[in-house]
Amino acid sequence: MIPLFQQIGAAAALPEIVLALLAMILLMEGVFSKSITPGAIRVAAIAAFIVVAGMIVWTSGTGTVTAFGGAFVADPFARFMKVLALLGSAVALAMSGRFLARTKMDSNEYPVLIMLATVGMLIMISANDLITLYMGLEMQSLALYVVAAINRDSAKSSEAGLKYFILGSLSSGMLLYGASLVYGLTGHTGFTDIGTALAVSGSNLGIIFGIVFIIAGLAFKVSAVPFHMWTPDVYEGAPSPVTAFFAAAPKIAAIALFCRVMVGPFSAISHDWQQIVVFVSIASMVLGAFAAIGQTNIKRLLAYSSIANMGFALVGLASGSVEGIQGVIVYMLIYLVTTLGVFACVIAMRRKGVYVENISDLSGLARNNKGHAFVLAMLMFSLTGIPPLAGFFGKYFVFLAAIHSGLFALAVIGVLASVVGAYYYLRIIKIMYFDSPAEAFDQTDTEVNWVIYAAGAFALLFAVFAQPLLQLAAGAAASLY
Amino acid sequence: MIGLTHYLIVAAIIFTIGVFGIFLNRKNVIIIMMSIELILLSVNINLVAFSSYLHDLVGQIFALLILTVAAGEAAIGLAILVTYFRNRGSIAVEDINLMKG
Repeated sequence: MIPLFQQIGAAAALPEIVLALLAMILLMEGVFSKSITPGAIRVAAIAAFIVVAGMIVWTSGTGTVTAFGGAFVADPFARFMKVLALLGSAVALAMSGRFLARTKMDSNEYPVLIMLATVGMLIMISANDLITLYMGLEMQSLALYVVAAINRDSAKSSEAGLKYFILGSLSSGMLLYGASLVYGLTGHTGFTDIGTALAVSGSNLGIIFGIVFIIAGLAFKVSAVPFHMWTPDVYEGAPSPVTAFFAAAPKIAAIALFCRVMVGPFSAISHDWQQIVVFVSIASMVLGAFAAIGQTNIKRLLAYSSIANMGFALVGLASGSVEGIQGVIVYMLIYLVTTLGVFACVIAMRRKGVYVENISDLSGLARNNKGHAFVLAMLMFSLTGIPPLAGFFGKYFVFLAAIHSGLFALAVIGVLASVVGAYYYLRIIKIMYFDSPAEAFDQTDTEVNWVIYAAGAFALLFAVFAQPLLQLAAGAAASLY
Repeated sequence: MIGLTHYLIVAAIIFTIGVFGIFLNRKNVIIIMMSIELILLSVNINLVAFSSYLHDLVGQIFALLILTVAAGEAAIGLAILVTYFRNRGSIAVEDINLMKG
């Protein structure tokens, strides 16, 4: 057993193996133990995320290691993104506890499903083969479909799950069709081998077809236009902590996978996919900016906001340079923390024990709860991209990379779209500060409060401690090339 | 003689039928799930045809993995459909419209 482990290099995948085993142990505990409560399983799951993140940080000095015959790779890029994904999952799970208990949705399965989805994300981030890619993607998606429909008694939640399932399976099918074409025309499924084969043969119509299908599948997972239709419905229908989870960790994993597939095997024909990514990026930024304007439900608004954010992140990928990938990594880090903070504010919107989610419910928040209103205002300014808040730096680096690669039109359209987006972000601040106050919200749960203030501090103080993070991101980006 | 191209054309046709089945179907969610299975099967035909053409086993291993995942996907899809039916009392496609905009 142990020699076999060493032969296939399974040690590189130890974090994934440990997390998968812990998830199965917790599932068995939940099924067979009479005394265990959903709360205990949740705490154990959060502890598991922290332990696995610690294992990944512990191995950060080992450089690039491949396992399973090159199908799996652990490099600095993968480690950075994995820690981000684990952080997103852990925080989203921590915020969900009392929400689910109050709305009578608390179950033993929920933390286990989040853990299994996270295992899928880690595999996606480390995928170095079309088969690993598909396995990770499906492992994540299958768990997410169920999590979206976790509120079995709500018509909205099960409709969200159904829509997500149908469109998600369609996108997996398209990705697979593209993968089969790439396999057939290059003769390989490993990313390294595909890259070598394409460097010799160059591109042809079949390969471009394959790449288009693969990009369509990946664009769905990051909810980029034109494959964004599921996002607003799923965000609105799913319970708020689930939406917070959807907006955070899976996006990190999908963007990481997108970057690895584009700059890994297809780097030799980057001029072919670059224009597709530029189109997807522009369409996402513009649609995200305009469609959010008329929304009344804050979760729907945040769905369009995340579509626009994915467009901005893809600007960095479209530039195709190390600098661009570094921009993507920094952007995703800032997006993750900001989104978790905003969703913590949404989860805190509870009036007389009932969770509300209309934007108008926030009116006059500045008079009822100065702290939350200030943090939410800072997060909104950060999402708009106003210096010296965190969001400014995220946008700055991706646009800088685009300009250095000569994509001037993309950068200009991006800045214009973020000006349009400023309208709905600033409208929330206006509602909180200048509208007549509504009834105050109930006492906020401790853990949600912590997330709100931590995210606020991050957005405000990012400029102070940005240097080490930028260096880490630069090292991670360089390891992809 | 039936060559690689014939298999690829059949797969492309089945794939197209699957995609159209999802978008043009106005009746029943079960038909959508059948269309999803069609898409996955067309991919399998592609992979096995390429695998035999290239004399490379990886394609067939990939096809086996897809068969396994497709079974899990169908199970989860049907489970979600059952909870949906319990809430709404219908699985007609035109009734899936609680959220819009």
